[in-house]
Amino acid sequence: MPFIPHTEEDIRAMLDRIGADSIEDLFDEIPKELRAPALEKVPEGLNEMAISRLMQERAARDGMASNFIGAGAYEHHIPAAVWQIATRGEFYSAYTPYQAEASQGTLQLIYEYQTMISRLTGMEASNASLYDGASALAEAVLMAVRVNRRSKSKKVLVPGALHPDYRRVIHTLIGNQGIELVEIPFDETSGQTPVEALAPFADDDVTAMIISQPNFFGILEDVDALTGWAEQREIPVIAVVNPVSLALLKPPGEWGSNGVDIVVGEGQPLGAPLSSGGPYFGFMTTRKKHIRQMPGRIVGRAEDADGKPGYVLTLQAREQHIRRSKATSNICTNQGLVVTAATIHMSMLGDEGLTRVAEACYANTHALVEKLAAKGIKPRFTGEYFHEVALDFGGDAASRVQAMADAGVLAGYQLGRDYAQLDGCVLACATETKTDADLEQYVTTCEQAKAA
Amino acid sequence: MNTTENHLIFERSRAGRSAVAQAPRAHATTAIPANLQRKSAPGLPAASELDVVRHYTRLSQKNFSIDTEFYPLGSCTMKYNPRACNSLAMLPGFLNRHPHAPASHSQGFLHTMFELQEMLKDVTGMKAVSLAPMAGAQGEYTGVAMIRAYHDARGDSERREIIVPDAAHGTNPATAIMCGYEVREIPTDASGDVNLEALKEAVGPQTAGIMLTNPSTVGVFERRISEIAKIVHDAGGLLYYDGANLNAILGKVRPGDMGFDVIHMNLHKTFSTPHGGGGPGSGAVGVGERLLPYLPVPHVVENGEDGYRFATETDYPETIGRLSAFAGNAGVLLRAYVYMRMLGREGMQRVSEFATLNANYLARELESAGFDLAYPERRATHEFIVTLKKQAKELGLTAGDVAKRLLDHGYHAPTTYFPLLVPECLLVEPTETESKETLDGFVEAMAAILEEAGRDIDTIKASPHNLPNRRFNEVAAAKALDVVYLEPGAQDGEPAPRTGTSG
Repeated sequence: MPFIPHTEEDIRAMLDRIGADSIEDLFDEIPKELRAPALEKVPEGLNEMAISRLMQERAARDGMASNFIGAGAYEHHIPAAVWQIATRGEFYSAYTPYQAEASQGTLQLIYEYQTMISRLTGMEASNASLYDGASALAEAVLMAVRVNRRSKSKKVLVPGALHPDYRRVIHTLIGNQGIELVEIPFDETSGQTPVEALAPFADDDVTAMIISQPNFFGILEDVDALTGWAEQREIPVIAVVNPVSLALLKPPGEWGSNGVDIVVGEGQPLGAPLSSGGPYFGFMTTRKKHIRQMPGRIVGRAEDADGKPGYVLTLQAREQHIRRSKATSNICTNQGLVVTAATIHMSMLGDEGLTRVAEACYANTHALVEKLAAKGIKPRFTGEYFHEVALDFGGDAASRVQAMADAGVLAGYQLGRDYAQLDGCVLACATETKTDADLEQYVTTCEQAKAA
Repeated sequence: MNTTENHLIFERSRAGRSAVAQAPRAHATTAIPANLQRKSAPGLPAASELDVVRHYTRLSQKNFSIDTEFYPLGSCTMKYNPRACNSLAMLPGFLNRHPHAPASHSQGFLHTMFELQEMLKDVTGMKAVSLAPMAGAQGEYTGVAMIRAYHDARGDSERREIIVPDAAHGTNPATAIMCGYEVREIPTDASGDVNLEALKEAVGPQTAGIMLTNPSTVGVFERRISEIAKIVHDAGGLLYYDGANLNAILGKVRPGDMGFDVIHMNLHKTFSTPHGGGGPGSGAVGVGERLLPYLPVPHVVENGEDGYRFATETDYPETIGRLSAFAGNAGVLLRAYVYMRMLGREGMQRVSEFATLNANYLARELESAGFDLAYPERRATHEFIVTLKKQAKELGLTAGDVAKRLLDHGYHAPTTYFPLLVPECLLVEPTETESKETLDGFVEAMAAILEEAGRDIDTIKASPHNLPNRRFNEVAAAKALDVVYLEPGAQDGEPAPRTGTSG
């Protein structure tokens, strides 16, 4: 029996001990009329050889096209050691570190993670992670509402240039709590969110404001001006950032005069493979003064009975298993295994490695834009961008993107899906994984797709 | 012991050292505007590849895990995670697939997800399944949000209350609040079942629904579930099934047949995807006919001759929406798929059969060793509760003490002090993948602790003794909060986090 060790002899001895004639007798408290019928959709079991063959065929069917899609999930090289160590059984098959003395590996690693992500974002405290970037943003909005006790409106300013699926997710996750999400338009020429767009709200009771850097179009926002506007009005700011970009970009802890209140983002670029969208992890950092309003697990340094340092889950009184209906969130697990990988990944890269990755992403995307400009395909926006760019493909974008895919190049994300005025625009990203030959292949297939 | 044994990775850093083999070649500086640039380096570790590999390998060895110890953590279903599930989910074709890859380049993945949805529908008796929720708690949110969407769509918005038994997981009431509901707790009766009289009194025109776990968190099957379903449905409410304990009944009885309108499953429990030190989980949801229009997107549907595609808001205009930026924890779903295909139809039933056999055997053995079961007259399901009420009073031996001393014996502790209604409790879940010898060894350790408590309670009170650390002062840790490492002598302007409480 796969994964079940019992011998016939064991079964007999155990049933005798229980005083039951058969295993079936152990289910005698379930009413007869409720018993399940035979399963129809679950096939006969496969051995490891057969399932391996099946999965290899399935994986191969999706091909190995050259990927230039980003839109929130980015292809990066992950050092071999990262997942080899993360999938060691001691990390892979442990659970939430409830028994601290028997979980120092996971606990110390999370403390190190909290330190790394706090440093990267320029903040003072971090939790042990949330599910992904989008759900982390939803939790950040709820946290900002708790933090800003002065505000009565529960009105949150959300940039139109924020990832559209992040906007959808926060709507799903906080829609039942009476919070009003107000969209701030972006400038159709630069692709930026201008501080002037905030003018209509200058005298409103605003509970919190979101700033995305870079924004969904890859464009760099004037974060100091936007943060400064909020600071003047004592509105908590939530920053949504790409962690790789922070090797080069000013951390949110330094935006404006005093920095933002909460930082969240998608942790995937720090060592999680694309893997069809997950598992990734959402990170969240904040100021020490807000830490008791933060959702999720938090690890703290502690001393044991011998005065020896170690690590424990701390501030558990915020959490659902203690506070039940009064908890800061219903969240229970975090994304432990992916955070394990990310911590190893950040340690392997260090400042120098992460900076090189960010620079290479920047250089490759800008090189792609240059090559395409020579063929008449130009960026849609004039603003400065980091490693992602909206390209104006024109009227036949959809068929062209499909033709490029059929030729082995995934050209980018079609912005018309979310923005009617950007129909014909393709959001493309060339990370450090792309070689000059890959960029040339993009340009060539793009030309051929137009001809076709 | 090596004096650097407990060093953080930051303390192993040396300026100028790095794992350069892992970084791309350096590029010219960028044209990012000066006011947007970072001024000082973040302060990530500066370490060689071997430094990093050794540091985290050594850290891993300070963990208890299923692969190294028996881990009978009740309600968490710590069963063996087959290695094939991991290696097959990490095939390059799956790892490299971008979530927005076109359907033409995704048929292998989509076909697999469609089959997983179909298998989960079959084992739960539900009409449709969405794999979108990223964890059990998010699955719960999804389920209750669908209940609310259903009532709202009917203009039935006076229903403000979700009923939750007092034995429920903490996530249940926390979820109901997140969905904008009020929580009404009802008591559990002496035999561990829901108190039906209290339920009848609690339901009314204000009832949106009830959240139930069956088998319940006290480790017994709720025998009058059909009656409960009728009471709640007659009052106009819906039934939510918390799938935390699905392992106990897999292939034997289905939530859909019990009358539940919506369920979530913890794929990281029943379908053996890894717990990973606290995630990632996966909280797939299943619905009956009534909640079909509100199912979260995206989920996979058949697409005629083109195979499969993701259904979106266009297909489900009344959907409660999206729960993640993409399509949920795909890599976890692949692992669950491999697990289900390896076990197959006959293997589904074996899961619940041997989980139940192990739990009932272990319960009887512990009873003989002198421990009290919380519900001795009931059949154990896949887990059961030991109460140390008597030992706490007579010997000063608490559930927490037993938990810590078990670590010294090389066993992870059962869940302690949950459910809250049983005093000094241990919730024990052995799972089906453990052998009789392992269970017998655990009983021996428990008996040894009981014996030791009678003659030397102090040694137990001071345990654990054989682990990297002894008991921690958690109160002091929460007061003098230290959640981020500061370099010795870190000053303003250095790349270490600021220590002040503002600016």
